[in-house]
Amino acid sequence: MPKLTFVGGIHPYDGKDLSKDKPIKAVLPKGELVYPVSQHIGAPAKPIVAKGDHVITGQKIAEAGGFVSAPIYATVSGTVKSIEPRRVVTGDMVNSIIIENDGKYDEVEYPAKIESVEGLDKKEIIRRVQEAGVVGMGGAGFPTHVKLSPKEPDKIEFCIANCAECEPYLTSDYRRMLEEPEKLVLGMKAMLALFDNAKGILAVEDNKPDCIQKLSDLVKDEPRIEVYALKTKYPQGAERQIIYACTGRAINSKMLPADAGCIVDNVDTIVAIYQAVYEQKPLMHRIVTVTGDAIADPRNFIVRIGTNYGELIEEAGGFKEQPEKIVSGGPMMGFALFGTDVPTTKTASALLCFTKDEVSMMAPSACINCGRCIDACPSRLVPRRLSVYSEKFDEERFLAENGMECVECGSCSFVCPAKRQLAQVIKSMRKIQLAKARAKAAPPPKKEEAPKAEEKKEAVKTEEAKEGKEEKKDE
Amino acid sequence: MNDQMNYQVSSNPHIRDKITTQGIMLLVIISLIPATVFGIFNFGLNAAILVIVTVASAVLAEYIMCKVLKKDVTIGDCSAALTGLLLALNLPPAAPWWIGVLGAFFAIVVVKMLFGGLGQNFMNPALGGRCFLILSFTTIMTNFAVPDVYTGATPLAAVKANGAYNVLDMVIGRTSGTIGETSMIAIVIGACFLILFDVITIRIPATYIITLVIFVTIFGGHGFDPTYISGHLAGGGLMLGAFYMATDYVTSPITRKGQYVYGVVLGLLTGIFRVFGPSAEGVSYAIIISNLLVPLIENMTLPKAFGKGGENA
Repeated sequence: MPKLTFVGGIHPYDGKDLSKDKPIKAVLPKGELVYPVSQHIGAPAKPIVAKGDHVITGQKIAEAGGFVSAPIYATVSGTVKSIEPRRVVTGDMVNSIIIENDGKYDEVEYPAKIESVEGLDKKEIIRRVQEAGVVGMGGAGFPTHVKLSPKEPDKIEFCIANCAECEPYLTSDYRRMLEEPEKLVLGMKAMLALFDNAKGILAVEDNKPDCIQKLSDLVKDEPRIEVYALKTKYPQGAERQIIYACTGRAINSKMLPADAGCIVDNVDTIVAIYQAVYEQKPLMHRIVTVTGDAIADPRNFIVRIGTNYGELIEEAGGFKEQPEKIVSGGPMMGFALFGTDVPTTKTASALLCFTKDEVSMMAPSACINCGRCIDACPSRLVPRRLSVYSEKFDEERFLAENGMECVECGSCSFVCPAKRQLAQVIKSMRKIQLAKARAKAAPPPKKEEAPKAEEKKEAVKTEEAKEGKEEKKDE
Repeated sequence: MNDQMNYQVSSNPHIRDKITTQGIMLLVIISLIPATVFGIFNFGLNAAILVIVTVASAVLAEYIMCKVLKKDVTIGDCSAALTGLLLALNLPPAAPWWIGVLGAFFAIVVVKMLFGGLGQNFMNPALGGRCFLILSFTTIMTNFAVPDVYTGATPLAAVKANGAYNVLDMVIGRTSGTIGETSMIAIVIGACFLILFDVITIRIPATYIITLVIFVTIFGGHGFDPTYISGHLAGGGLMLGAFYMATDYVTSPITRKGQYVYGVVLGLLTGIFRVFGPSAEGVSYAIIISNLLVPLIENMTLPKAFGKGGENA
């Protein structure tokens, strides 16, 4: 039964007016393009080109490094300049393929486009998604073909398109839904073709009535697809929260969405599924919102993956004021950048440039026990207590009071009147605990014959590993 | 390449709500204006002097303690001023000025700062200060006569002694009592302001008051007598205590369920003290005793997590 919302959450200033009325504009990269081999959760991709090779647009340049991995494609034509570590948004140096753009955009020939997935084998649909290198483009980067291969496909009852876009300032999904809603619906039909017992839900926050209208008109003759208007609240787009809002089912950290009969993918990912399945085109573009009060002309761009962030800022008119903070992703969960010389990856949803850093202006003071963090926590935890356990490294209590159920949405830090770094310390403690749990489990190396279910578990662990790496940088 | 520019880098989230500790304290102080102004008009100049002296002493005490303990001076968060104001509103209007000074210093130095300052005290500082004064200077602290204005005992004493009391006067506040407790209307106006601005919730005050009503109905000896019950509600420190002292963040449970439990405990203790105790009053002691139970209540009422049965609450 749809609840259309969840308990907890916050209502930050959404800043979407800056860019929501700017149509998606294509950006052509000028300089070199950088393709980190890890743009997804799981094993890094393996480069299959060498320095000096000529490549064309749509050519595979790195193959998947395992089942839980994704290939990477060239998004321009040109020459492979080198393969070397480059800085990515998280601050890490990641091995990357560098391609010098020849400006010709010679492109691979794709097979003829199909209009419907009818008659297409399920395995073939998943193969096309896998081959196209589609990963979760909302930020997590989990390989989509793994998500589409649950242990028991018959038990999937809901395919949820995460159209919430609950992060402030982001308007890329909004523009996509307004400008290319057909691709979203077709992508959803490809997903539904995999799950015979599933119903498709396009879950949109009710601050986007125009999208709701448009999508509702499109699916009125689709018996298996429905549009839900969710209550606008951060983090409505968090996986567990959107599943709860759409189905009334609640999963915890030990469960996967499939355990609640759900598959969740965000707008850009489903559009990528569409391109992979119907057009057999690899994932080469994504929509990036470039916005913030330091940007002269906030915009939504369709960007070739690998394009330098600095070029996107130039395309948006450059800085009208010197920014103090630059964030890749949303303001709640994005990464603060040291500099703008980093490439656009599959998971980069936005580039935010702020003239003021609210956080560094506010010094943390003593907790007054007001309870606002409890009211805000979508995981229904007591962040005030968990943060104390984290600071004192009281592992036993941290675990006993469900510290591992935190989804790291940052709502507690946002509402704290004493400006305490609640989410930050809890996150650090979670990383340590996840690392410990992994070390304890220390799985023996698996052979390729490993059954799918095993690999799935493996994938979750790798996901955690990835997060852990990111956190170390943050500290 | 313009790598490594001087941008601010920190862990997410990168935005914060506007609300601050200072803002919350100021809202509470503003909400106390009706009760304070009414008290001064009701009782005269000495009440005004007491309010000013007590607030100033509390702020000074915190300033001195911060210096002595070599901590950052925290008077800017306005919590000391609020403690001073709440203490002043709990003093008899005819008390000498040094009572305010002494009470404020005890509240801030002993109850608050020695336990680690804001957020660390286990007992409401204003009430701690008041109880210290009641035990030390009982005559001054229980003399509610104000020359040329009020002579007799407080209406709550009349309620207890089956004497005469006028409920309307009690609701408006034209009775004897401490500076800020007499006017139910003024306090409720302030409380509505706090609820409206999301500073407090109705959970603790409502369970507290309802529990007390049930208790006095059963044990008060008057059955369900609206006049008698109204006398209990409007009399003494109940309104000030329920909306301002019991809802003190630091000394009340942080969990929702715990707040209901806390309200019930408060109602029971107040009822016991008022009905069976030697004094007519019971609110202050009920609150500071309940403060001591807060860690226990909190531990017993931790919420269930999302996905583990807590997603609905």
